[in-house]
Amino acid sequence: MATTNVVTNEQYNYDIVRKFTIMTLVWGAVGMLVGVYIASELAFPFLNLDTPYITFGRLRPVHTGAVIFGFGGSALFATSYYVVQRTCQARLFGDGLANFTFWGWQAIIVLAALGHVMGYSQGREYAEMAWPVDILIAVVWVAYAAVFIGTIMKRKQPHIYVANWFYLAFILATALLHIFNNLAIPYSLTGSYSLFSGAQDAMTQWWYGHNAVGFFLTAAFLGMMYYFVPKQAGRPVYSYRLSIIHFWALIFLYMWAGSHHLHWTAIPDWTSTLAATFSIMLLLPSWGGMINGIMTLSGAWEKLRTDPIMRFLIVSLSFYGMSTFEGPMMSLKDVNALSHYTDWTIGHVHSGALGWVAMITFGAMYHLVPRLWNTQIHNPKLINVHFWLATIGILLYIVAMWISGIMQGLMWRAFDDFGNLQYSFVETVAAMFPFYVMRALGGAFFLTGMVIMCYNMFRTIRKGNANVAASIATAAA
Amino acid sequence: MKHDKIERNIGLMVVLTMLAISAGGLVEIIPLFFIKDTVEVVKTADGKDMVRPYTPLEQLGRDIYVREGCYTCHSQMIRPFRDEALRYGHYSLAAESKYDHPFQWGSKRTGPDLARVGGKYSNDWHVQHLNAPRSMVPESVMPNYPWLLENRLDYSNVTQRMSALRLVGVPYSSNEAEYKRNVDTFGEDVANTLRIEKGEENLVKQAGMGNFDNNKSDVTEMDALVAYLQVLGTMVDFKQFDDDYFAKFR
Repeated sequence: MATTNVVTNEQYNYDIVRKFTIMTLVWGAVGMLVGVYIASELAFPFLNLDTPYITFGRLRPVHTGAVIFGFGGSALFATSYYVVQRTCQARLFGDGLANFTFWGWQAIIVLAALGHVMGYSQGREYAEMAWPVDILIAVVWVAYAAVFIGTIMKRKQPHIYVANWFYLAFILATALLHIFNNLAIPYSLTGSYSLFSGAQDAMTQWWYGHNAVGFFLTAAFLGMMYYFVPKQAGRPVYSYRLSIIHFWALIFLYMWAGSHHLHWTAIPDWTSTLAATFSIMLLLPSWGGMINGIMTLSGAWEKLRTDPIMRFLIVSLSFYGMSTFEGPMMSLKDVNALSHYTDWTIGHVHSGALGWVAMITFGAMYHLVPRLWNTQIHNPKLINVHFWLATIGILLYIVAMWISGIMQGLMWRAFDDFGNLQYSFVETVAAMFPFYVMRALGGAFFLTGMVIMCYNMFRTIRKGNANVAASIATAAA
Repeated sequence: MKHDKIERNIGLMVVLTMLAISAGGLVEIIPLFFIKDTVEVVKTADGKDMVRPYTPLEQLGRDIYVREGCYTCHSQMIRPFRDEALRYGHYSLAAESKYDHPFQWGSKRTGPDLARVGGKYSNDWHVQHLNAPRSMVPESVMPNYPWLLENRLDYSNVTQRMSALRLVGVPYSSNEAEYKRNVDTFGEDVANTLRIEKGEENLVKQAGMGNFDNNKSDVTEMDALVAYLQVLGTMVDFKQFDDDYFAKFR
């Protein structure tokens, strides 16, 4: 990456954006590979190989960490640093600090993954990292906030662009959630006990867990959407007013919805009723964002046929709309009674994570890479191949999980004529097999698309670097 | 106030955003620490708490449960439905996980719920099943855990662990006054297992007496994990309560 420093454009700090862009691609491929592997372990348990380090229980947080914080996180760092500079017309605040967030964040992902493989876990979903890593996350996050807010403070535009509101809310909310969910007393360098227990601990964890989705995987990616969709479409955002209303409603409502992950458990009923109510209300700001994004394309619909990058962006918004409809539905107590503890939840998460988060990231990256390296995409046709592999992969995945989830939920509660349970638990496990294979296959499709993207982008970047070298040589001559 | 004003002022935007994102947690989580009905009162006829902290061996077993990520496939939270009552037993109480740091209710049942697995199977069954699940349940997709039998349990820092738990509110006793209070709350037998200074001694004793892994010479990770599994859901004697009693806490 040293060579990229010589690319012109001193006005903006693109070097940091390039670094995070490359790591987005790397962590995407790694995280999805681990995902396909653990999906295969569920279908073919011999793949655990009697080895502690690669059992499902230890690799699962490696998968979630690498895709959420490695892939998603790097994409958010890259795009937020790019967007905040472009929309503020100011160079990024603090080059050294920005570099620290890069190396710090990469160290966090690596340390977290190694720790999980070794069995250092806090036992909290998406917050399994041991306490020293948690402290490092907090430090890097403060630096990130300083860089981002510092850049906004030196903006040359009087207005703060809407994409930055979302990035800002994501940065603040993630700090709040991370700190309170990881309060713990250490007993060794790698082990600690959470400050809270039982019901209170569960509430804190799912307040965190749900809003990791709400802010890390939603609000921040809406920020991405608000820059890259209008830019790629060459049209202004559909409705300024809608963006104001849905921004404030979204960030306010999300924080109340967490305990819908705890329906019918040993928390007070009122918390779960409140969470369900707010989850239903969340449909409105969620769809507000989707409508604002998709309608930005109005008058330029033909781009859906001609521009594969546009296709990624718009299909991602469609999946966003779909999963933000499915989510409130699953938060209804009666639906949740069936769906909870089953694969339906896993399918729901992945229609959001693959369909929305990954697809909009792909779109943004295809837009970004040629601009960052000042060149053209190596092979635009491969974008189309990637798009179809990804779309087919998602469909295979979520259809498999819908069937297996609903089937398992129904089998658990089936009674025979005498009022006894009709199925033993293990019969429901056996019934999952074909759908676990189908899910792994869907994941493999998605991964293949990701690898093709990596190849395409690698060739693009190499071409970009060669162009730079050539232009320097010409200039020198 | 016009929104324009917020869009031009980063300080104002930060403050308003913080207010918007803080409300939910303040209203839903903070009260749970103060509303008494959140955690049920579960006492025997003579006024002793039924739910007790884990013994040192059970707690270290629990730490292995967390280490191996068992919660990624097993829940520990039985919901109040007829089918779950038949399959697993009485629905879970908040009181039953009040000493759980962290909670392990889980979110997915790739395998069955374990909240009341204690006492359902023999120690031998658990050892064989953890070692090679498909030798007991051919359709199972659970990984083999052969290293649990091979690894000696590292209990060198058991006192640090108990002390850390004491700091977060588990009533392990570190002095005579705390011990006396535990005798009042839990009775003498339990109070004796909660003494931090006797942590190691109690751990070795329980492993030897329980002989969970059928191997007298060593305390293995298997001993600890099976001891933990065998206590899950066994502390509350539901026969002593009317069903209405727990409903009023919900």
